[in-house]
Amino acid sequence: MRTISLILVLFAVWLLFSGIYTPMIIGFGIASCIIVALIARRMDVIDAEGLPFQLGPKIMLYWVWLLVEIVKANIDVAKCVLFPKKHLRPSLFHSKVTQKSDLGKVIYANSVTLTPGTVTVDLHNDMILVHALTEGSAEGVKSGEMDQRVTQVMGEA
Amino acid sequence: MELLLDIATWILMMSGCFFLLITGIGLLRFPDIYTRIHAGGMADTLATFLIFAGLALQSGSTLVTVKLVFIVAFIFVTSPTATYALAQATFVAGLKPRLDGFDNSKAPKNDSNAKDEA
Repeated sequence: MRTISLILVLFAVWLLFSGIYTPMIIGFGIASCIIVALIARRMDVIDAEGLPFQLGPKIMLYWVWLLVEIVKANIDVAKCVLFPKKHLRPSLFHSKVTQKSDLGKVIYANSVTLTPGTVTVDLHNDMILVHALTEGSAEGVKSGEMDQRVTQVMGEA
Repeated sequence: MELLLDIATWILMMSGCFFLLITGIGLLRFPDIYTRIHAGGMADTLATFLIFAGLALQSGSTLVTVKLVFIVAFIFVTSPTATYALAQATFVAGLKPRLDGFDNSKAPKNDSNAKDEA
């Protein structure tokens, strides 16, 4: 079932990338999509991690929220670069992770890193080690809002 | 309409370039490797996004725009992974982040535990 949906996803992406729609080229496209899907199936990488359909539309909403956060954080870091004496207060601290699955933890840790001003340095069982640039960005992680949102997206709340 | 699009493209791309410039200044200005990683993070996120948004406005609703969106998506997935690898390698190698000595109310002095050879 997941193999067939992988073929469909691959073919949709192929159609978007190609732009040449003659029968022979499309035939090549279909053939290569099927071969890739078969190889992926043989490698045993088509599972809930490789093809996370269970996240559904919730992840899209999360991305929109994350984009707004990234814009805010970028302005903070830009201020910090221009006036380092006033804003620069680096800190290194542990924060709790509430996601159970590896995929959820990776999404959370990558979101923390993607937001400028906070970088994930280490990920233990249920703790992440975060390096933050300013007090504001450290508070952002400590408040746990992003953590809760990722848990919600993963459906593990 | 053409003019409006051009102006919007200019605004987006110039603000992207502004953030790239800030990134460059930050990379030079910050004291140790951990803080410099933060500065580099700006080029990966908002600067890239703004520049590609400007380019997408120029290409209009064509397949080129789709490809630009895909490029941004790939950068947004891969760059934090690379950043994490860098930070983790630094941490495992035993380089301690500088956490004090930034308060300008105190007289600037060389604190002995700061390891900013990086």
